[in-house]
Amino acid sequence: MIISIASGKGGTGKTTVAVCMALSLHDVQLLDCDVEEPNAHLLLHPKINEAKPVHVQVPVVDKKKCNYCGECAKFCQFNALFVANQEILFFPELCHSCGGCAIICPRNAIKERKRKLGIVKKGVADGVELVYGELDVGEPMATPLIAEVKKQTKNHGTVIIDSPPGTSCPVIESVYKSDYCILVTEPTPFGLYDLKIAVEVLERLGIPLGVVVNRAGIGDIKVYDYCKEKRIPILLEVSFDKRIAELYSSGTPFVLKMTEWKEKFQQVFDEIKMRSA
Amino acid sequence: MKQLTVLSGKGGTGKTTITASLAILANNPVIVDCDVDAPDLHMLLHPVIIETQEFKGSKLAEIDMDKCIQCGLCQEACRFEAITDFKVDAMRCEGCGTCMLVCPEKAIRLKERVCGQAFISKTKYGMMSHALLFPGEANSGKLVTLVRHNARQIAEKEKSNLVLIDGPPGLGCPVIASVSGINVGVIVTEPSVSGIHDMKRVLRLLNHFNVLSLVCINKHDINKENTQKIERFCEKQKIEVVGKISFDPMVTEAMVSEKPVVAYSPESIVSLEINETWENIRRFT
Repeated sequence: MIISIASGKGGTGKTTVAVCMALSLHDVQLLDCDVEEPNAHLLLHPKINEAKPVHVQVPVVDKKKCNYCGECAKFCQFNALFVANQEILFFPELCHSCGGCAIICPRNAIKERKRKLGIVKKGVADGVELVYGELDVGEPMATPLIAEVKKQTKNHGTVIIDSPPGTSCPVIESVYKSDYCILVTEPTPFGLYDLKIAVEVLERLGIPLGVVVNRAGIGDIKVYDYCKEKRIPILLEVSFDKRIAELYSSGTPFVLKMTEWKEKFQQVFDEIKMRSA
Repeated sequence: MKQLTVLSGKGGTGKTTITASLAILANNPVIVDCDVDAPDLHMLLHPVIIETQEFKGSKLAEIDMDKCIQCGLCQEACRFEAITDFKVDAMRCEGCGTCMLVCPEKAIRLKERVCGQAFISKTKYGMMSHALLFPGEANSGKLVTLVRHNARQIAEKEKSNLVLIDGPPGLGCPVIASVSGINVGVIVTEPSVSGIHDMKRVLRLLNHFNVLSLVCINKHDINKENTQKIERFCEKQKIEVVGKISFDPMVTEAMVSEKPVVAYSPESIVSLEINETWENIRRFT
């Protein structure tokens, strides 16, 4: 069973929920798909046993064969190729690695080479198998790296996916094909506004969802009104607690110190199993 | 004209809360929200929209079933797993056109797709450029570029000296589009292990683009030890810490009443700290 954890707004507690849930279950793998700013390892402190570079395919032009006809540049929807006056320029950060330029070139002058995008790391901590990606600084394209992290999905037990914030392509890639999605929100206007956008995305993807309200007690009750109206189940409330905030700030998942919460996360898991059956 | 972007790497450190207050303290800035897939700044500044533009950020492949002979070449060529059973999944299609290229029957075409809207608006504190990417759409970086283009045009027209940009979280394409060509990056961090980790990655990004970096520590009193760590790190790297802002539940109250902190509770300690932060930042703008 694959459970993804997303939010819309950043900083609502996705990683905390993902890590605490993983620590409360057995036979579990955690995929940290926030490759731009991965944080799960900062809470889990895993022993890393594998680190492997991830590449994307980008074009290389054989200048001996190229006659600067410009077909490739005309084809490229992302303006990654530019041809003018016996000159061809390639902008790797704009390339989506679709491979179309190599196909369209009438002189067969374009081949593809590998370009490094980041790394995928694997480790284990407290019985949790962690896989996470780290996008190289300055690289714009997160999705191919997320896809690579997701390729490591094991085919047994439970898989928890920690998604990046927002609602655009990296989030789609992260939650794609999960059996259930937990949206972590906080009961504030920002939390609610971004939750609504995230719900729309998941509805379009046809993924069943439930909400975890983090920092309950701050803000207002509009998040609850919205969930009631949309018939979205509230799976768990985590009250605002300075102790939880302090534990988080020092890199400790709160279920390790407040062990009574493990049972609550197990109950959330059971409820999800029931709802998605 | 100077351009300043508020960033963080990690989400939820207080970028938007702080940007909204800086918008009030700065003199007639052009205010920009570059978090186009989860924009929140408008909830504090209540912009009145003057102009709406359609954003056609990408294209979408469309298969003409009358012409399709179900050969499957398009499916094979698509690197985004966007075609299954001769149907295009709009959520996965990047609009690259490779499928169209390999189709022997010319049954595929690319059509324009409206991915969002860009707005030019008026607020009490200055003009605002913002946008909304439709849920699940791609190409947020391109929309950010449009929003910033609009902002610069407004700044020239209004003779404004400052473009104040609320950046998105993360480090990828929308963030890169939010920092290219700016003068100053203000990193709002928090004294947590994650906050520090993410701040360091954003710093590397700003260095990569030769942008001057400043640091503001939000909720500094949540973990004093980590706050000291950030200060020592910044001192070593010769990065100015322009502000330290205290944790105060009032900040959430201000958000619930949809007001920037300095307007909601101008005499509060947090407001004074934000004022001081702005005084430190403005020397660089």
